[in-house]
Amino acid sequence: MNLPPLPDEAVVIGAHAVDWRSAVRETGRALTRSGATRSDYADRMIAVIEEFGAYVVIAPGLALAHARPGRDVRREGLAVVTLAEPVAFGHPHNDPVRVVVGLAVENAEEHVASVANLANVFNDAGAVDRLARARDAAEVRALLGIGVGGGAVAGGGAA
Amino acid sequence: MKIIAVCGVGIGTSAILKVNAERALERLELTADVDASDLAGIAAAAADAQVILTSSELAPAVRQAVGRSFAEVVEVTNYFDVDEISRLLERSLG
Repeated sequence: MNLPPLPDEAVVIGAHAVDWRSAVRETGRALTRSGATRSDYADRMIAVIEEFGAYVVIAPGLALAHARPGRDVRREGLAVVTLAEPVAFGHPHNDPVRVVVGLAVENAEEHVASVANLANVFNDAGAVDRLARARDAAEVRALLGIGVGGGAVAGGGAA
Repeated sequence: MKIIAVCGVGIGTSAILKVNAERALERLELTADVDASDLAGIAAAAADAQVILTSSELAPAVRQAVGRSFAEVVEVTNYFDVDEISRLLERSLG
């Protein structure tokens, strides 16, 4: 029932993205740096938005970038990119995006539990704002209630 | 009673919608099965569903895919807002 690990390499604080593609690409690079995906995964995350629209902006200020499981996914992974300047994804209500969470899963079943954990964090309406203002990877992990190696940490969560 | 949460690829966002729809149902003291689906599988998945939850972005494509289905397509703005989802479900099911 745990979220995937979120090592320092999977977190980018205050990224400068000129548009949504660049924000998603930054998120893809973070997933690749952390060893979760190959670099092609970023292209597939972008393709999902090109095909289906900005529905990945699932709450005000928050995009959940993701694609189907595939050969470019080495293992389940999570990345968090906060944006120095908010970026429009083209969502009618939830733009502009300040935080991009990247998700990579190996199969459709395994991720439901970890996504439920994400839901726990973001059911708190202030969570996106706190994440957007986080100063480092440790603070992001604390807000998400996960450790460097994944899973819950004592006293973590949306504190 | 059956509810389908649908997103483009059937993982990630639809799973979040499913989890929060279950929380909303619990709050409303309603019982229903909530399944996640991708857009490609929605017509089959929604055949015996009462409600399809999706984003406003995907709603036109969902409506087109399900055609004259019995199911009502309900648009959710904030996938994490259990209050919003509760309100929407109460309106559709109540």
